[in-house]
Amino acid sequence: MNAPPNGVEVDAVSFAYGANVILDDVSLAVPRGEFFAFLGPSGSGKTTLLRLIAGFGRPERGAIRVGGRDVTGAPPWDRNVGMVFQNYALWPHMTVAENVAFGLHRRRVPRAEVARRVEQALDLVGLEGYGGRRPAQLSGGQQQRVALARTVVIEPEVLLLDEPLSNLDAQLRVEMRGELRALQRKTGLTTIFVTHDQEEANAISDRMAVLDGGRIQQIGRPVDLYDRPANRFVAGFLGTANLVEGEVARQQEGLVFRSAEGIVLPAPDDVAPGRALVALRPQALSISENGRAPSIAGEVRRTEFLGGHVRYAIEAHGLTFYVDEPHLRGREALAPGTRVQLAADPEQLTFLRP
Amino acid sequence: MAATAMATTGRLGGLRSFGASPAQVVLALAVAAFLVAFLLVPVLRVAWVAFQGPNGFTLVHFGDFFASTLFRESLYNSTYVAAMTVVLATIIAVPLAYFIARFDFPGAGIIHTLGVIPLVMPPFVGAIAMQLIYGRNGTVNLLLNDAFGFRIPFMEGLNGVIFVEGIHYFPFILLNLSAALSNIDSAMEESAQNLGARGWTLFRTIVFPLAFPGYIAGASLVFVKVFDDLATPLLLNVTAMLAPQAYLRITSVGLADPVGYVISVIMVVVSLAAMGGAALLLRGRDYATQQRGGGGLQRRRMSSGEAAVAWGFIGLTLLIVLSPHVGILLLSLGTVWSFSPLPDAFTLAHYGTVLRESTQYLVNTLLYCGGAGLLDVVLGVAIAYLVQRTSLPGRRLLDQAATASLAVPGLVLGIGILRTYFEVSIPGIEGSFATSGLMLTIVYAVRRLPYALRACDAAMRQLHVSIEEAAEMLGAGKMLTLTRIVVPLMIGGIAAGFVTSFATAAVELSATLLLVTRDVNAPLSYAIYVYMQSPAGRGPGAALGVIAVAVVAVGTWLSHSLAERDRARRSREVIAA
Repeated sequence: MNAPPNGVEVDAVSFAYGANVILDDVSLAVPRGEFFAFLGPSGSGKTTLLRLIAGFGRPERGAIRVGGRDVTGAPPWDRNVGMVFQNYALWPHMTVAENVAFGLHRRRVPRAEVARRVEQALDLVGLEGYGGRRPAQLSGGQQQRVALARTVVIEPEVLLLDEPLSNLDAQLRVEMRGELRALQRKTGLTTIFVTHDQEEANAISDRMAVLDGGRIQQIGRPVDLYDRPANRFVAGFLGTANLVEGEVARQQEGLVFRSAEGIVLPAPDDVAPGRALVALRPQALSISENGRAPSIAGEVRRTEFLGGHVRYAIEAHGLTFYVDEPHLRGREALAPGTRVQLAADPEQLTFLRP
Repeated sequence: MAATAMATTGRLGGLRSFGASPAQVVLALAVAAFLVAFLLVPVLRVAWVAFQGPNGFTLVHFGDFFASTLFRESLYNSTYVAAMTVVLATIIAVPLAYFIARFDFPGAGIIHTLGVIPLVMPPFVGAIAMQLIYGRNGTVNLLLNDAFGFRIPFMEGLNGVIFVEGIHYFPFILLNLSAALSNIDSAMEESAQNLGARGWTLFRTIVFPLAFPGYIAGASLVFVKVFDDLATPLLLNVTAMLAPQAYLRITSVGLADPVGYVISVIMVVVSLAAMGGAALLLRGRDYATQQRGGGGLQRRRMSSGEAAVAWGFIGLTLLIVLSPHVGILLLSLGTVWSFSPLPDAFTLAHYGTVLRESTQYLVNTLLYCGGAGLLDVVLGVAIAYLVQRTSLPGRRLLDQAATASLAVPGLVLGIGILRTYFEVSIPGIEGSFATSGLMLTIVYAVRRLPYALRACDAAMRQLHVSIEEAAEMLGAGKMLTLTRIVVPLMIGGIAAGFVTSFATAAVELSATLLLVTRDVNAPLSYAIYVYMQSPAGRGPGAALGVIAVAVVAVGTWLSHSLAERDRARRSREVIAA
């Protein structure tokens, strides 16, 4: 028995503008019904990859399959892939209902059914009764919903969202991402979401791909990528990480990591001896004023009060470590200049190839 | 001390409540007085006379107008010529705009140049040259007749006016349409393709509706300009149109003849109706500001067949558009040019004649147009300042009044000025105030004020108000801030406004024809017109025309590069910030 085809498959795709390589041998598969995110900084190639899936541009090498069908050379109008543009791209000369009906008319859906499905789609995004308005009469959030309705109404094989929340203000952004997630659950559409905001990708996606420099750095569940980053880039891009370079060596008490600056940390047994890069999340370090071994001696340089926790910048052996301590009422932050000991939980250390 | 301060506050309290200083009030009143005296009163005077009988208000003059076959025909002809010119200009402009919007095309630079070439030469200057090239016995028809035995009536009657105006005014449509196309957010097309549209459907449902407002803006402008033009039909000897009829009645029957005023009212009403109709059609369709992206249509390479069609079309257009320029140059250098494809021989004698006899005209043009340009930027800065930086009641009215002069044909303003100021004389000026050089300067300033005002207004809009507030906070008063901070920062926009006013005033001929009564006062444009009337004068007239085109071309280039330099400076500042 064959496995059901994936929603989207990208197979060894490369793309360049002249000598400027945008995507380099990118492969990934998004199963049917999954909410997938492309996460990366600007210039990482994530939007280009999304546009290639939609048919705007053709890969130089590799293949793209949507719902099991090879669409690599197919034009955008012949793919049944729905894309919501970053700036929504609502047509200002059409009403909301006309915007939503557009794709249905192109598919020669009978008139009565068009009216019914447009109404349904507007209901779905919470805009019942807005059909007669013009896009210019709507708020940013409402325009976003129209763009969504216009795309989901054609029941595409896959829904592509290009930074859909970037034009909204902070509060609306959080609200809309919840709604996007709910909409995706309701419709069951395979969805790919492009963002440069790791919090957004973490909150919304089932799985994600982190891109940088046109290459995929890691694919997985948000929590796995955070806890077990594959390389220095992923560790630094997903939240804050303290990075220390050094060497793992075997000693009497087991494996030990030692940096050139003299920082010593315990290493788990499954790490290969040799050069290594250790990533420590700020919450993986704890501060005590009189430490227990093995600990790192340092001095508080700056403190930032961030509400739920306090972030300390602590200088130790010439390196700066960021350490988060939970904040509770009545607890005062340590003053700059305080000498402290840093202890690391061996379970929370990530060893990377340097 | 305190009591004095209280009293002062009390006396000026009424003004203070508008947040205006006395100097600002005086400035506003001065601008208003100028506009009332030289725009509002003359135009109202024209309307007044048109509706005035021996016993007060009457429609009898309008009755007379519509009872006359000649006048009904003139109204029809003017409307027909304006409408057909829009059609011709559309046929030329739409393919050109489409080529540059849709294709990665090396001819784009040529098309941009094509959009400027006609504008540097007013249609009346080229009209006679066009006769010689496209007329019944002109170059093209002589060659056609010799080779194939037939002629094409390019220049017969109304055709001539349509042809000459069409190749002059098509850039208005080209520029507006190109701007609208390049303002289309590229995601507009992409999202339609994403939902299944392509080809003709994509054009019909997305591209055309989004570009339509730009087209209408250009087309309505062409219609109004052609409907109001006086000099071109006169030079082509087409008199059965509204503007020539009004001119002929006023100059032959006299200033008291009511028909000229009736025609003036009809012209203003039609101009306003055309502009108003366009505005109505465009209401709620300011798509440029409703789209976030821009970037225009998706560009693609032309197939070799498409490229052949495009280059053929551009070549033909270039040939036709350049023909008045080439014609006027040949005419200015030719000895005799009649019943032959080219002049019989070439000479520089006409330029000699012009330099001997006509330096007075050139000096007059420099004086009047320089004065008008200066007046325009002073008024433009003043109005822009009052509108943007004060809350004086009625300040928008100043802007609207100044802009309204766009809807007043030069002929109408000329008639109104004559009627209002003919009896007035001013010490130090010989003859009537209405026909003096000073009045020509003022009339040019009024007619070109809308352009200069828009340039100044745009320049000031880019100045953040905090720049002025910083000066005020450091102790500079409102007027000192205006002269020391605002004006120096706007200088690029102001200079562009000045040059535009200057260059376009140099070729004004509608009001000029009415207001010039003596040769000593005549500017260049008038002299060209007079020379061109007689076959013997065509050579020198063409030589003057070449000089006028050179003045306008240099002016256009200067104004463009000033604006560009200003923009470059501004963007550097943004980068530095």
